[in-house]
Amino acid sequence: MALNTTSMFGSKPFSRRDSLQSLASGFGYLAFAVLANEASARSGTEPHPLAPRSTHFSPRARRVILLCMNGGPSHLDLLDPKPALNKGHGGTVESGDRGDVMLMGSPFRFDRFGDAGLWFSELLPKQAKRSDDLCVIHSMQTDLPNHSQAFLQMHTGSFQFKRPSLGAWSVYGLGTENSNLPGFITLNPPSENGGAQNYGSAFLPAVYQATKIGTNQIPQFYAKLMGIDEEPGPSMRNLSNSRLTKTMQRRQLDLIRDLNLRKLHRDTVHPEIEGAIESFELAFRMQTEVPELLSLSAETAATLDLYGIGEGRPTDRFGRQCLLARRLAEAGVRFIEVTAPVPWDHHYNLKKELTDACLATDQPAAALLTDLKNRGLLNETLVIWAGEFGRTPHAQSDSGRDHNNRGYSIWMAGGGIKSGMTYGMTDELGYEAVENAVHIHDWHATILHLLGLDHERLTYNYAGRSFRLTDVHGHVVHDIIDG
Amino acid sequence: MKFHPTNHTTSPDGLDTIAARRGRRHRTRVWSNIDVCVAISRCCVWAATVLLFVVGRCLADKPAADESPAAAGVDFFEMKIRPVLIRHCYECHSAESESSEGGLQVDSRRAIRAGGDRGPAVVPGRPEASLLLTAILHTDEDLIMPPENPRLSAAVIADVARWIRMGAPDPRTPDTTGVSESWQEQKSERDHWAWQPPSLAVLPDVQDSAWPLDRIDNFILHTLERNRLEPTADALPEVLVRRLHFDLVGLPPTPERVRQFVVDCGQKGIDQTLSCEVDDLLASVQFGEHWGRHWLDVARYAESSGTESNISFPYAWRYRDYVIDSFNKNVPYNRFLTEQLAGDLLQFDSDAERARLLVATGFLAVGTKNLGERSERQFQADIVDEQIDSVTRAVTATTVACARCHHHKFDPFVMEDYYGLAGIFASTNTFFGTFTSPSNSRGGHPLPLPRVVGEIILHESMQPDEFRRVSAEVEKLQAEWVEIAAFRQAVKSGEQPKRTFSTRQILTNLWRRSPMEGRLETVDDEGRAVPLAMGVLDRGEIADVRLLARGEIDRPGDVVPRGFPKAIPISTAEPIPNDQSGRVELSLWLTDPGHPLTSRVIVNRAWHHLFDAGLVRTTDNFGTTGEVPSHPRLLDTLAIHFINDGWSLKGLVRRLVLTRTWRQASTYNPVAGELDPENRLLWRMPRRRLRAEAIRDAMLAVSGELERSRPAGSLVGRMIGDRPISLIGLDEDLPPDLDGSVHRSVYLPVIRDRLPDVLELFDFAEPSLVTGARENTNVPLQALYLMNSPFVLQRANAFATRLRQEASSKSDRVHRAFQLCFGRSPDPVEHQQAFAFLENSESAVPDGIDEGEFSLVSFCQALLSTVEFRSLD
Repeated sequence: MALNTTSMFGSKPFSRRDSLQSLASGFGYLAFAVLANEASARSGTEPHPLAPRSTHFSPRARRVILLCMNGGPSHLDLLDPKPALNKGHGGTVESGDRGDVMLMGSPFRFDRFGDAGLWFSELLPKQAKRSDDLCVIHSMQTDLPNHSQAFLQMHTGSFQFKRPSLGAWSVYGLGTENSNLPGFITLNPPSENGGAQNYGSAFLPAVYQATKIGTNQIPQFYAKLMGIDEEPGPSMRNLSNSRLTKTMQRRQLDLIRDLNLRKLHRDTVHPEIEGAIESFELAFRMQTEVPELLSLSAETAATLDLYGIGEGRPTDRFGRQCLLARRLAEAGVRFIEVTAPVPWDHHYNLKKELTDACLATDQPAAALLTDLKNRGLLNETLVIWAGEFGRTPHAQSDSGRDHNNRGYSIWMAGGGIKSGMTYGMTDELGYEAVENAVHIHDWHATILHLLGLDHERLTYNYAGRSFRLTDVHGHVVHDIIDG
Repeated sequence: MKFHPTNHTTSPDGLDTIAARRGRRHRTRVWSNIDVCVAISRCCVWAATVLLFVVGRCLADKPAADESPAAAGVDFFEMKIRPVLIRHCYECHSAESESSEGGLQVDSRRAIRAGGDRGPAVVPGRPEASLLLTAILHTDEDLIMPPENPRLSAAVIADVARWIRMGAPDPRTPDTTGVSESWQEQKSERDHWAWQPPSLAVLPDVQDSAWPLDRIDNFILHTLERNRLEPTADALPEVLVRRLHFDLVGLPPTPERVRQFVVDCGQKGIDQTLSCEVDDLLASVQFGEHWGRHWLDVARYAESSGTESNISFPYAWRYRDYVIDSFNKNVPYNRFLTEQLAGDLLQFDSDAERARLLVATGFLAVGTKNLGERSERQFQADIVDEQIDSVTRAVTATTVACARCHHHKFDPFVMEDYYGLAGIFASTNTFFGTFTSPSNSRGGHPLPLPRVVGEIILHESMQPDEFRRVSAEVEKLQAEWVEIAAFRQAVKSGEQPKRTFSTRQILTNLWRRSPMEGRLETVDDEGRAVPLAMGVLDRGEIADVRLLARGEIDRPGDVVPRGFPKAIPISTAEPIPNDQSGRVELSLWLTDPGHPLTSRVIVNRAWHHLFDAGLVRTTDNFGTTGEVPSHPRLLDTLAIHFINDGWSLKGLVRRLVLTRTWRQASTYNPVAGELDPENRLLWRMPRRRLRAEAIRDAMLAVSGELERSRPAGSLVGRMIGDRPISLIGLDEDLPPDLDGSVHRSVYLPVIRDRLPDVLELFDFAEPSLVTGARENTNVPLQALYLMNSPFVLQRANAFATRLRQEASSKSDRVHRAFQLCFGRSPDPVEHQQAFAFLENSESAVPDGIDEGEFSLVSFCQALLSTVEFRSLD
């Protein structure tokens, strides 16, 4: 049995039995347990910063999987059909400083699906089949129509100032369920639009920032030019030792621990040592646990097929990411972000490129919902599919659409979300949310609410004032919460 | 400029008691690290017993004879009561809050006594009749404050009760109602300790008069004695010399130096030996590399723009070197600040001096830049804001920038103060030198320096034909850009454009032209590389700016004359001339000896680095929402002496490490530990973890690989140049951990959101924020770095090689290794453990590798990974 974080700092002292069971790691462990008990008696009890914490109210979701569609997918061609736009195709409307612009109807066919009759375009056949699990929000809004600002605002609530990310706030509020793994993991995040800031902790303690697995995706603009879309390198650095076998490394760790304990013995009180011994043990276990998690070899052929995993299949990459997200969710990771490895910024050639993007991502996203549901995890896992904004009803360069921050669509599922519903509306062309607008701050407030956290009370004092994810904004959208 | 110390009116006792600090508990940074976690946990467990015991004891203490009751009461209010009210009550019960819940306001004397719908909140002298106390005690189910929060700590409740019993002394103007429009009306806020000029205190009495070596020690000892505590005995010489080296130069002493120090202590005595060692270290260039880095934390130094676009700053390193050199030359702190704020406007007598002064202004230029911002006006307003925020936080530990959008909620800064400063920086042109690209819509120019013999220029000159070709191309594209501008204008005004351009054509022009224009700016008219820096110059047009309602650029209000915050009046302040930005006058205002913050803030920063926590622990916030000083009179005295000593930073550091206080051992004392678990009274020397740089440098020093010379510039200037950080991961020439060097860590690249692994993992200062106090975390990713990273494995290899050269037997190698790593010999148990590790043969050593060597490398890596290696006793 592994020694876990909570028992080290929590109120439950190590039992002798626990200690003896951990003897696999050497006799020193027993001594450590004894010393740690003494230290804990001396120092009182304080939960580890990542220990699970009680919420403000009863949580509906225990974890979040955010499927990030970097680039701004077109709501008008995927989720929010506009007959008036199709009718007006080729006509002009006036658009601010751009003068007259030409409307572009969607080249894709829409149909209604499921009991609730949600609309999906032909590009999302698999997600359409999950429509009775989804809540589609048609009235999302963000402050600016620029990738860099909107992407940061989506992740941190702010683009002007360095602020902690949604995931960091979540782990700060909830702690983790598996002390062998980080509480917040991001898979292949983009290196652009704020880079690490989008999953950073800013002024929150560093333990709340995401651990990155997989290398960065490089900016889509350059990816196209260069034909490479990911940085080279291993999934996670420093996860294995090039020199020592596990047994050798265990011996080495025992020596480090013995020397540390000797120091602790001399110093009587030295919390850094207790923390360090624990960190090394966790690190040692992570070396085994993380590669096991990353490996999909234990998954059945049926599961791999469900996600569309297989060499040469367009769904292979995103399929692997989504399946990994499920594995991380099962392992107790609190917040998992997956950035789809396809570009959604379709200024040109929308018809072809949006088709390709959907071909690569539709099935895996749907499979994730199916798989979670089959395993009884969907009701406690909040799954979100969202980009940083949507696109304009008018055409750009005849074949694509520009950025639109005033109205766009996302979907949410599981974790306390009402299923089979749509929320909010854009105008008849799809320019702007005209009913039940949901700003990023409202969206953040709602996500925290589903996790059992009150966005107004989840605060952190920094530089003389209390900060929160939603600053002074945000309203929980109760209408989309089940029950 | 003259300094007039004000008369000292209260006793040296001040409120330097445990109880005073208990009252401030809730204002500390919350559990940002495990140490703090544990410390706070102690507090919770003992809250009921120890706190009440301590508070009770303090209540029994008679006030010192010369303490006037009125002043003492007001002091008590300021230190214990006002912060509680501000933090827990003002949000709902003040003139500034949108609603006064229950009709109650507690932000003036009259209001708190008048009370709300239920009756008076405070009845002076009668705690039982004061609803404030009932509410915070949580004894009445219908009246629980603060709502939905755990009860305030026992100490706070005891403070409130005591305050009411004292007659509820309250200096807040009785008639303050409504939002104060100017600070003059906010007497309550104006009275905060940090806005008062420092005053020299009478040297406090101590019983053990043999202990103090410096007057500082009298203050520390006096407070310890008052709390019936004793200081800890001096640390052993070998402990002191290791502590001293890390504190002054951030490197471990060699075993030879430790031995010599111990011998000298025996022969010449500790005082003289220590003093000589200090002088030696202060004179070494490593001092500036270590202490300069402390300032770089505060100066939010970085080599990229950060935020959403994140483009590299290839010339930022010159400012880094300027800071290091300034610390080594012991440039007086007031001059050091003046150079950084207004170096471009100062006199110079040589090109080299002019270049140095221009580089100094990099302080104003290295901040984050929102290069993705589309509006030029917004972009400029944000630069100004970043400058105001950084200058006021770094130099005065205040949050003046809060007044961009509204009057400051807690401190006496109004919007006019902000826009007075904004005019100064808006009249200043910031040169940061990045061109526009697909990743950033804003660019800027680099600052050319006068040529100096032997200077380092990292970018290449252009060959004449290349220079001509690029110039011609740029000219063509610029001409086309004029047409594009006309096209866009025509579209806007609904006219028929002469020629039309697609978005793609427009962007192609921009993205082709910008890098070439940027390249041409790095050379002179003959194509020769020009030395470049980041920095500022006055703009051609000097102007005051308009106040912006809610800080929004499209809501301009009245023009605000350039000036300085009125809450801190400096009678000798110089008027700002019409033809200059006013940065010279700003630096005069900041460095006036009568300025209440500048000197206090810097001595507190130095104290923080040597004692693990400032006298004011919120090193970057001295406002009413910050903490109050643990030893206010000591802080004042230090600040005044610092000025009188010519603002000498080396003098300050020297003084602090030669105190008896600094010389204490770090031995734990259970009695003191229970009474003062956070060691605010300094009953021992705190144990500290080394900073990221020192951990890395120590590995290189111990392995014998450390290259002490200064590298040319920085990796960013040498290999990255001017480009988006989002692309550097593709560059296979760059080391994946962004390290790959054996130079000191201060010279590693500091790229926002992309730090070298070792800095990122070991709590480097967040380079987008002014950081006086770093975090201290303990996480598995650090352990993975120590266990598996190529950097540590390489150090372990080199360390083993060194050991084999310097000692032959296993036993000698163990001894030598301990000396190198910890500055001491192993004790018998450790020796046995280490020896056994080396003896126990490995079962799976790779072919062709000597088994002993293999074990020795593992052993070396183990030592580098111990807590003792990265901590100071």
